[in-house]
Amino acid sequence: MSAAKPLKKVGEKSWGITLFAFLYLAFLYAPMLVLPIFSFADQKVIDFPIKGFTTQWYEQMFAKEEMHKALWNSIQVGVIASVTATLFGLLAAKAITRYAIPGKGFVMGLISLPLFIPEILLGLSLLIILNVVSIPLSLLTIAAGHVLLCTPFAMAVLVARLDGFDKSLEEASLDLGETGWMTFWRVTFPLIMPAVVSSLLLTFIVSFDEFLLAFFLQGTEQTLPLYIWSGLRFPSNFPPTLALGSIILVVSIVLVVLAEWLRQAGSGGGKVNVGV
Amino acid sequence: MRLAADRAGQTKAAKQPSWGAAFTRSEALRGWTLLSPTTILMVVGLAAPLGIMLLYSFWKQEGLNLNTDLTIANYAEVSTKYYPVLLRSLWIAAAAAFLTVLLGYPVAYYVAFHAKNSKFIWLILLTIPFWTSYLLRVFALRVIMPDELRATPGAVVIALTHAWAAFAILPIYVSLEKIDRTLLEAAADLGDGAMRRFWRITFPLSLPGVISAMTLIFVPTIGDYVTPSLIGGGKPSTFMIANIIQGQIKSNDWPLAATTAIVSMIMVAFAVYFFVAALRAAARSLK
Repeated sequence: MSAAKPLKKVGEKSWGITLFAFLYLAFLYAPMLVLPIFSFADQKVIDFPIKGFTTQWYEQMFAKEEMHKALWNSIQVGVIASVTATLFGLLAAKAITRYAIPGKGFVMGLISLPLFIPEILLGLSLLIILNVVSIPLSLLTIAAGHVLLCTPFAMAVLVARLDGFDKSLEEASLDLGETGWMTFWRVTFPLIMPAVVSSLLLTFIVSFDEFLLAFFLQGTEQTLPLYIWSGLRFPSNFPPTLALGSIILVVSIVLVVLAEWLRQAGSGGGKVNVGV
Repeated sequence: MRLAADRAGQTKAAKQPSWGAAFTRSEALRGWTLLSPTTILMVVGLAAPLGIMLLYSFWKQEGLNLNTDLTIANYAEVSTKYYPVLLRSLWIAAAAAFLTVLLGYPVAYYVAFHAKNSKFIWLILLTIPFWTSYLLRVFALRVIMPDELRATPGAVVIALTHAWAAFAILPIYVSLEKIDRTLLEAAADLGDGAMRRFWRITFPLSLPGVISAMTLIFVPTIGDYVTPSLIGGGKPSTFMIANIIQGQIKSNDWPLAATTAIVSMIMVAFAVYFFVAALRAAARSLK
């Protein structure tokens, strides 16, 4: 290299951007620390300074019957939504990655559409059609809404995995005389298993945290976000809600790290495949 | 054992899986069969409801009755009565999308080019907040916001910027990660400085990520209900479209709610189209 002036090399570390990245992380996490901090604070008003330490909010929260019900409802909705969406996502992902299909782009666009239209539109249009065909609102209608929302997520995760592994393995199995179905169960499925689990976890989290669709499609029973929402409207409920939020925070972190780790483990050998 | 038997029986038809021959031969047919359940799901659960909503927007709620004569009265009402809220939603969402990308870009850049061995940890750290309760994150932001900022549209923009961070960072990171590093080295060898390299190579090549980040944030935030409600504290000056639609549903005027939703969707489509077109044009002039 014979540059006349001293040039910064490609990829050379720059302190400015490093500092910025860490400040950004602080911006991201500062509000999240509010939840655990105030969940242990011995005061009703959520404001500094903190007066003392208590676990009473956790006790109060655990004692609440409606909270248990809402949690159980959310788990049911989440399981139905994540299993159904992953199944639909798997069928679509397999079709898209393995077959030359006329009109593929259009159909993929249609399936991905729930990611690109505001949730309020999805919620309102579902509310209207359920009313037209007179299906009563219940946990099942919430779950149905979540299936629509989660299917594109599932498809994206599974397409990435199906695209990622060596297709000649499937071809070899077919060449050796296995049927398409057996090839799927004995070759494809074990290979994409980590992505399937990761899709189940991610869609479960999406459903578990989803508020607006549930808000529109709720019958008489509440999911956890709906319960939290009602808790946030009355300041007297704030501290127990913060306690609940802190627990959700910890559980989500464990699930996300697990899902990510599985996806990493699933993307095989030295090839690091992070991101979307 | 089974395998051996299968193999013996099928050596002749080695290339052909044992399905119906015509069915097997038509790859498109097989593909479509596999794709059809999900397609039907989206047609029934998405296209049909949106179609009926469109129909509703041309009907009129009269007290408790639904007048099904086609009319554009709702559209007239929305355009005269609600355009300030529509415009506010538009600028709040646009500002949030822009700010999120502006702040997220350097972070994505740092992770893609400088984080080296800690990439995985950075990506996990940056996505964890996104997977925790949206309601509680927005609420937590409200708690630490200074009083004078709370209940202003600016506060809503800040809260959205915080809430959608991962949606900016991930797509931009992916497009930065794809850039061929030898291009940058070649430019450096030919005497381009860091700034020139960035604006002439890195930035144009990362535009697909920037565009998808902006779209991924702009589109959902324009219909956001939680953030304006929690941060704005019910003040009409912070209302966005979803607050209006929610109000219309509460007062049982579903056709009007449908119209408001459709008008906002058309606005979103136009805004995204022009934005992407403008950005592409800008990118061309950069090169």
